[in-house]
Amino acid sequence: MAAFRPFSSLLVGGNTRQLLAKRGAAHFNFQPSDAPKEYGDVRQKMNLCQAVNNAMDIAMDTDPSAVLFGEDVAFGGVFRCSIGLKDKYGADRVFNTPLCEQGIAGFGIGLAVAGSTAIAEIQFGDYIFPAYDQLVNEAAKYRYRSGGLFECGKLTVRATWGAVGHGALYHSQCPEANFTHTPGVKVVIPRGPTQAKGLLLSCIRDDNPTIFFEPKILYRLAAEEVPVGDFMIPLSKAETVRKGKDVTIVSWGTQVHVCLEAAQLAQEKLGVSAEVIDLQTIQPWDEDHVVESVKRTGRLIVSHEAPKTSGFGAEIAATIQDRCFLHLESPVNRSCGWDTPFPHVYEPFYLPTVWRVFDSIKKTVKY
Amino acid sequence: MLSVLSKGFKPAANSTVAAATTVTSTRLASTNDVNFTVQSYKLHKLDNGPKTSVTLNRTDALDFYRKMQVIRRMESAAGNLYKEKKIRGFCHLYSGQEACAVGMKAAMTEGDAVITAYRCHGWTYLLGSTTTQILAELTGRIAGNVYGKGGSMHMYEKNFYGGNGIVGAQQPLGAGVAFAMKYRNQKNVCLTLYGDGAANQGQLFEATNMAKLWGLPVIFICENNGFGMGTPIERASASTDYYTRGDYVPGIWVDGMDILAVREALRWSKEYCDAGKGPLMLEMATYRYHGHSMSDPGTSYRTRDEIQNVRKTRDPITGFKDRVVTSGLVTEDELKEIDKDVRKEVEEAVKIATTDGVLPPEALYADIYANTATQEIRGATIDETVKQPFKTTTEVLKSIGRL
Repeated sequence: MAAFRPFSSLLVGGNTRQLLAKRGAAHFNFQPSDAPKEYGDVRQKMNLCQAVNNAMDIAMDTDPSAVLFGEDVAFGGVFRCSIGLKDKYGADRVFNTPLCEQGIAGFGIGLAVAGSTAIAEIQFGDYIFPAYDQLVNEAAKYRYRSGGLFECGKLTVRATWGAVGHGALYHSQCPEANFTHTPGVKVVIPRGPTQAKGLLLSCIRDDNPTIFFEPKILYRLAAEEVPVGDFMIPLSKAETVRKGKDVTIVSWGTQVHVCLEAAQLAQEKLGVSAEVIDLQTIQPWDEDHVVESVKRTGRLIVSHEAPKTSGFGAEIAATIQDRCFLHLESPVNRSCGWDTPFPHVYEPFYLPTVWRVFDSIKKTVKY
Repeated sequence: MLSVLSKGFKPAANSTVAAATTVTSTRLASTNDVNFTVQSYKLHKLDNGPKTSVTLNRTDALDFYRKMQVIRRMESAAGNLYKEKKIRGFCHLYSGQEACAVGMKAAMTEGDAVITAYRCHGWTYLLGSTTTQILAELTGRIAGNVYGKGGSMHMYEKNFYGGNGIVGAQQPLGAGVAFAMKYRNQKNVCLTLYGDGAANQGQLFEATNMAKLWGLPVIFICENNGFGMGTPIERASASTDYYTRGDYVPGIWVDGMDILAVREALRWSKEYCDAGKGPLMLEMATYRYHGHSMSDPGTSYRTRDEIQNVRKTRDPITGFKDRVVTSGLVTEDELKEIDKDVRKEVEEAVKIATTDGVLPPEALYADIYANTATQEIRGATIDETVKQPFKTTTEVLKSIGRL
């Protein structure tokens, strides 16, 4: 074994100083998408924050029972996603709550079960844990435990999510897998403004309680032409964002852009054609879509920002080995966050960067 | 007037002038100590409370002034470093609330514990960290209080169980710390702090119930600065009398802008808890000058005039300075000397906080579990695979000669 060297240099062939000097920059390049024609011809440049705002605007406009609440949302929320909505729809429909996540979730469930469309904002995904009991034990099981007499399908919980460059332990986490272990709730994560709008509208109008995680680093950074009309992107449908034939990469949220970059790099450096799939809905997920792709390519990499162990990648890997065993040319690879708390100064090392995904591609193809 | 003041110092016109007139000082003939009268307390389910007549000696006067100035200046430096993008992420400043922390610390005795939430820089300093350690923690450097691994909100010291990044999460922890004290027959208290925003978290009510049920020496302290993030207290709390919100837990309202009132309230509360009568719930009526965090300019939900008015009429440092100088306890020159020292101290701290190195990446895997299993890290090629050599941050620090 080689003598000890700082493992950062081993990982990326660079040095710590360079990496840390880059801390201000995003770890990926946003790749805009072109929305299908059927979502509408009239388009406007929006960032993800504006797209979320636009979706909520449409939801409130088309559904007089829809209300929006959360910490400081009346004047826009800390990320300004709900800006202008109180002025437009009134203080009885867009209002601030006290700082009490469990209360916000439980209140939203009550509202929804009584027939109102409830859009609740949890300021950071990291703060969703005080509300965990309400979401897992109340929201997810209401329909089941009442034999279908009651349900809170009109509840949508929005929460910001993921790495932001400097968020440290409690402003960066990706808690999607915590909720995918709970039948009864849906978990959705968009990769850009168009998806944010179409998927959020689907979540709000879906007959099940949904948790919609918004990659906060994309709020301002991701901008593209978004159809201005009312359109919905179906839940539980994955989207192939790059066609390929040698290896399938499944991801969601911000990480899709990292994977796209790694796929491009693999094409240039290794001549490997990688297919990239944006899962979009994490639970219930589009198994068939991924299975079809893996049967073609024979290889799968799952990549997510959350820690590897018990991340949703584990579920995908297990399903794929079950359904595609005889098609696989190599073991399913997971390129994920390390199994550490979300670190403060070490964010550049923690994240499954382009280089780590690239390494996974190489390893998988040359197995 | 009291009712106006109790609303977290929504700066109603002239409120502060009236408060100032209640303060009188008398020099005691026999000693160098001076007597001051502080604003009355409000009591909840208590027959008697802290004294309104308090004594201050010269040494303490200089010490309190210095500590409040250090916190003020350190927070300004943190604000500037943030604007220069040398502090990234989150940063919540304590400016305006100095009298709370310094006053409480003055009444603490050996072994007393503190746990708080976001606004923890001042407390970290008072419990033993240097300004360098705090600013370097914010910039993520090795010289930081926890070597840059925590950053904003995550700072710790002996008997200081930390800032906390989750609103309200610290409240039941404080009750647990107090239970340990009681179990060990310590004559100590755990100061459990939270803001007016976190006062609405359900965990507080779970914690106060346990604390009262088991008679724990915990003092729940609501630092009411008037705003939970951007929402004024009246719009977030059905009752803004935070000192009464423990229901069966007796409470005291304290003028949190007056260090002497705070110190006396804490002294009294400690005695009360030491006699086995805890818990207690205190409300410190105070004010924050900056926004909730650095991304909040702090002016969209209140006017600049409001902030200026508090600065002019209720500032905890200026108010204290006037009183100790007017009473002849210390001279203006002595305070100027302190100002100079403090400025130098903070300038030097900034220098280190912006130039010191960053803990090597090996520390990413250190301290996840006790005896973290050794991780294999694959290099750019497979023969460059190494075993992560350190289990604890301490080992990493030793390897680079920083411990």
